[in-house]
Amino acid sequence: MTLVGGPAHGTALHSLPGYYGYFTAIWCLLPALAVLLLWVLLEPRMIVALVVQGLPEAQRNLPAGELNLLVNNIQNLAAGDAVSGSVDAILTDAANRFNEYSVLSRKILAVLTLGLGGLGASIAWRRIHPDFRARNRVEQIVLVALIAASSIAIFTTIGIVLSVLFEAIRFFQKVPATEFLFGLNWSPQTAIRADQVGSSGSFGAVPLFTGTLLITAIAMLVAVPVGLMTAIYLAEYSSRRVRGIAKPLLEVLAGIPTVVYGFFAALTVAPWVRRAGESMGLEVASESALAAGLVMGIMIIPLVSSLSDDAINAVPSAMRDGALGLGSTRSETMTRVILPAALPGIVGGILLAVSRAIGETMIVVMAAGLAANLTANPFEAVTTVTVQIVTLLVGDQEFDSAKTLAAFALGLMLFVVTLILNVIGLNVVRKYREQYD
Amino acid sequence: MRMAHMTEPTVTENDVMAAQPDVDVADLGDSGRDVSSIAVDLPEQLTELGTTVGEVRCEDPYVVAEKVNVHYGDNHAIQNVTLEISKKEVIALIGPSGCGKSTFLRCLNRMNDSIESARVTGQITLGGQDIYSKEFDPVALRARVGMVFQKPNPFPKSIYDNVAYGPRIHGLANDRAELDDIVHRSLERAGLLKEVIDRLDEPGTGLSGGQQQRLCIARTIAVNPEVILMDEPCSALDPIATARIEDLMDELAEDYAIVIVTHSMQQAARVSKRVAYFHLGLLVEVDETDTIFTNPRHKLTEDYITGRIG
Ligand SMILES: Nc1ncnc2c1ncn2[C@@H]1O[C@H](COP(=O)(O)OP(=O)(O)O)[C@@H](O)[C@H]1O
Ligand SMILES: [Mg+2]
Repeated sequence: MTLVGGPAHGTALHSLPGYYGYFTAIWCLLPALAVLLLWVLLEPRMIVALVVQGLPEAQRNLPAGELNLLVNNIQNLAAGDAVSGSVDAILTDAANRFNEYSVLSRKILAVLTLGLGGLGASIAWRRIHPDFRARNRVEQIVLVALIAASSIAIFTTIGIVLSVLFEAIRFFQKVPATEFLFGLNWSPQTAIRADQVGSSGSFGAVPLFTGTLLITAIAMLVAVPVGLMTAIYLAEYSSRRVRGIAKPLLEVLAGIPTVVYGFFAALTVAPWVRRAGESMGLEVASESALAAGLVMGIMIIPLVSSLSDDAINAVPSAMRDGALGLGSTRSETMTRVILPAALPGIVGGILLAVSRAIGETMIVVMAAGLAANLTANPFEAVTTVTVQIVTLLVGDQEFDSAKTLAAFALGLMLFVVTLILNVIGLNVVRKYREQYD
Repeated sequence: MRMAHMTEPTVTENDVMAAQPDVDVADLGDSGRDVSSIAVDLPEQLTELGTTVGEVRCEDPYVVAEKVNVHYGDNHAIQNVTLEISKKEVIALIGPSGCGKSTFLRCLNRMNDSIESARVTGQITLGGQDIYSKEFDPVALRARVGMVFQKPNPFPKSIYDNVAYGPRIHGLANDRAELDDIVHRSLERAGLLKEVIDRLDEPGTGLSGGQQQRLCIARTIAVNPEVILMDEPCSALDPIATARIEDLMDELAEDYAIVIVTHSMQQAARVSKRVAYFHLGLLVEVDETDTIFTNPRHKLTEDYITGRIG
């Protein structure tokens, strides 16, 4: 590397020597890798197309389904696997050609990538001279890589949203949106065959929304007071040692998989709620909204407490000092100064928790009921949007029946509601943080 | 942080001197002069540390600190400080950053209680009562010894509610009319009433910095304290707002004992009757303001007021 000896030769390199190395390596690898990727993606189709081209006229003009089967057989034979149907000359011939093409393709690929690597390296080599801004070039490429990585998440999200949206639109072509949004009767069973007895299905989602709301409300009734009081205690009253123990414990609670909460709800809490209700002379379903809501509330406590804790800690200590300096007790300081000041942040946190509760699935699948039930009685079984999505899609389904498409419509509703809650919640939390910066 | 009743100070004067044989140059700010060497050069002035020169006692003392020591963990932040403050005077605490002025100030209303590592020993009395004794309620103390902080810290409430906060929690007003009266009088005394009379229900945080600080002063005098502590109350304000607060202090001095921490010599000279100079946790010199600024008795005091110690 004669050029890299720059300083010794009295000419200053624009960039550190390493950057010229990176630059060369990128030129050597990137084009070759791109070709490799493309090749691997396209190769199977190309080969199949070539093999089909070589088939006799009769086979080539088979309907798509049978041709597919034939190609499958050729591929299996080529790989030496079992073949359905008899093996004739045409088939073996095609299989041999298939193998030939494969080997050829590998060879071309090897030559192509190595050649491109060498070519890239030599182009890079030629471009390198002391004034060349290798550092800037390398950074540009790194920037492109970073943008590509971050757009994966964004485009996936957009893709999912669009697909849910289009499927939901297809659903609304079969079932009017007004029936879905305002109908009081949910029974998604549809007749699969024309001669089958059975309902034509009714898709009034109101019982699902009320069920979701009921369970969410019970969960928030548990999580908000408990979480808030936990946060107040930890932020203002506890000694550093208690805080050091309690905070990690809460994080453990937050880290328990929801499926564990789910069977805890179904196997422990639900029977307990039923027995407790019975001993008080109340009629309690074995899958009551109360049981699911209670456990969901416990699951959300850490979320509420940690967001409230953040909000309380974000209140400047000058407020605390000001209140104490006027002769307030600790609880007066808390209730009259700190909590009002932290309230927007706490409200934002609660909205995020509500959105979490609405979208929660595992607990309600295991502990809430399946029957859509329009009721506000927490002792009865209700079902939620997420539970219905799961039941609609579990098992064998016809892909364009209203029943299956209903899941997409429900998913869209869920997505819109939680998105709105999240946007409001995050905005409130952020505004509130800015207020004290 | 609790102070044992009438305990002997844990550190004797000799200990203090032993603990401070060579002054750490790094702590003396940007001038970075070696104070001990200056001290050796000028034998006619008092140079030793550990005893306070000047007059720590005063006529008719109301707040009396006797041999007060404060430790933050291992950091001995206030060492054996004795100081008397009378009922109707303004006393200024001056000294380089980190010398313990705020710490000493916070001892006087027990705000150090909320700092976990802080430990206060010695004795402080207010009107003859030991404020660190078990029977003394720190919450009630803070209603009698109010505090104004360095950065204006109005609550995120309306102007009215800011001032009404103290009277409300202490039950000073029997009805709305009385509360209105207290709020108006306090704002008037703090020189803020004219500016805010039309917008008492707007948030206090919307005022300018100087107005916010006067709001905090109004909030403090609304609970009718006997002593007002001010920790660099003007350091976040512009010169005009500062001048207004200094005028205000002159007026307040007629009714309250005021202890003010300041970094500005001019401010100390303008508002205070006496000045106490702190250095590395020691109270070096206490004197009449005129004496301190024209004829300081301690070499360190002179160095500080002439700007040789930053
Ligand atoms: N809350 C605290 N915790 C621990 N050390 C403190 C605390 N506050 C002040 N100190 C220490 O006490 C000393 C005096 O600080 P301070 O009273 O704030 O000085 P000043 O107000 O004169 O600048 C410093 O060394 C400082 O580091
Ligand atoms: Mg200070």
